[in-house]
Amino acid sequence: MTSETAAPLAVEALVRGHRLRLVEIAPWLIGGLAYFLFPDYLALGAQILIGIIFSLSLDLILGYAGIVTLGQAAFFGAGAYTAGLLAAHGWGEPLSALVAAGAVAAILGLISGAIILRTRGLTLLMLTLMISFMLQEAANKAGSITGGADGLQGMAVWPVLGVFHFDLYGRTAYLYCLAVLFLAWLAARRIVHSPFGRSLTGIRENEARMHAIGSPVFGRRLVIYTIAAAFAGVAGALLAQTTQFVALEVLSFERSGAGLIMLIIGGVGRLYGPFIGVPLYMIAQDRFAQADPVYWDFWIGLLLILVVVFARGGVLGLADQLRRRLRRTR
Amino acid sequence: MSAALETTGLCKNFGALAVASAIDFRLERGARHALIGPNGAGKTTFINLVTGALRPSAGRILLDGGDVTALPQAQRVKRGLARTFQINTLFRGLSVLENVCMAISERLGVAGDIHRPAGSRREVIDQAYAALERLGIADDAPRLVRELPYGRQRLVELAVALGLEPKVLLLDEPAAGVPSTESGIIVEVIESLPQDIALLIIEHDMDLVFRLARRITVLVQGAILVEGTPQEIAADPRVREVYLGEHVSP
Repeated sequence: MTSETAAPLAVEALVRGHRLRLVEIAPWLIGGLAYFLFPDYLALGAQILIGIIFSLSLDLILGYAGIVTLGQAAFFGAGAYTAGLLAAHGWGEPLSALVAAGAVAAILGLISGAIILRTRGLTLLMLTLMISFMLQEAANKAGSITGGADGLQGMAVWPVLGVFHFDLYGRTAYLYCLAVLFLAWLAARRIVHSPFGRSLTGIRENEARMHAIGSPVFGRRLVIYTIAAAFAGVAGALLAQTTQFVALEVLSFERSGAGLIMLIIGGVGRLYGPFIGVPLYMIAQDRFAQADPVYWDFWIGLLLILVVVFARGGVLGLADQLRRRLRRTR
Repeated sequence: MSAALETTGLCKNFGALAVASAIDFRLERGARHALIGPNGAGKTTFINLVTGALRPSAGRILLDGGDVTALPQAQRVKRGLARTFQINTLFRGLSVLENVCMAISERLGVAGDIHRPAGSRREVIDQAYAALERLGIADDAPRLVRELPYGRQRLVELAVALGLEPKVLLLDEPAAGVPSTESGIIVEVIESLPQDIALLIIEHDMDLVFRLARRITVLVQGAILVEGTPQEIAADPRVREVYLGEHVSP
């Protein structure tokens, strides 16, 4: 017998999947309030917002499509240098530079993805790592253009929309990053709830079956890899524009790794994983670094071990578990 | 009239090992055809060659008279070829309903859409739900696949493949891993499939083969030993040799 309740339940869950829930406003309320409550921490705030966009790009490929990578900084760095070089050579208009940075990173993602996405697992992991190493070394060697190890100097970024000057307190920088993150969130949200986004989840869950139902798996992986590269490029450009400086570090393995750690802390494969993991990691890092300037890495490591051992699925996964337990005891 | 599926001179070598040698095979429209053979005979290799998961070393594969030998897996599916797997190959972390939605989105060509939300595609969801109702597993629609008992998952395997509305359906041991008390449901579902679907069933369980198949092909060491009606196969001394292990090289 088909029950009358199971049917609508399952169908409704899918039909309503993409509707905005009230709790999804929370990040924007908090982001807006933080601007007024912590005026002395806006520089850190902007870093966090940029980190969320970067982590979101990782979430799209790793969390949703199951593409493992240790080289996402390649695209972050490509975006940062694109915006940096434009501003250092007379084009300081920030919005068009942001678009250019996203485009450069996307092209890089498309070309490298077309080659490396034919591999899987450890091979793919190594290839992503190698691409970011190669780019970092290229940026180091091309010191006359990039400034090499000294970093790219002499950027002059014009006011946003010709009106909002980047100020010493980081007010414009913070709001600029918040606005861009909002657009990135809209785009990411649309992607993950679309049939395309669901098919990425299918690829992560079972690639053999996706082939068997006629899905062009390689093409889908390449599309999301390219989109995620653009996200990372935009994040990199934001960092360059708001700090008016680009260091080789933007291409570093450490940046790829930290992005991954923040995503794991928040919750992989969930739209709001980066929104939880990045602030938690970066605020903890800031606090630990002040309390223990030498060994703060140790405390970050301990935090990560605790998450991996006790909260698989990150903070959001833990929240889900608690909610389920509460419902059962009721 | 062309066959639903045909292979001519199909060969696959792994180094010096021939796992498929010159297989000439015809699957008629609406067929109920079983492919049997001892372990290692190359049955699953044959399926993988037909679906395109493996590239043949030589030979041709025709679907509905059209040559698909060079086509990738996805293109063959678009031409009406579907399969199930010997070991459940499902989206374990997704609901039963969404497992079937995946297949239907691909068939309707909306799965690559990045703009509209998946939930607004009511036709996909409704068709998926109807498919579950036909197999009698609509009650399980909201449950995650990994929470289902293995036998139920076997039915989801079938539902996903049927969501593609195939003309040719390859069933790789559809009752494998299911206790005999529950395999009856699976047999009933297979028996009730539309007659215009050509079925090729790989199976070890001889009761099941003789119940479902109207034609049987016996594969031994990558080559076709004999093909015939169930009666002919049951009476064939060579088949008995292979299955009773009496086969001794002269």
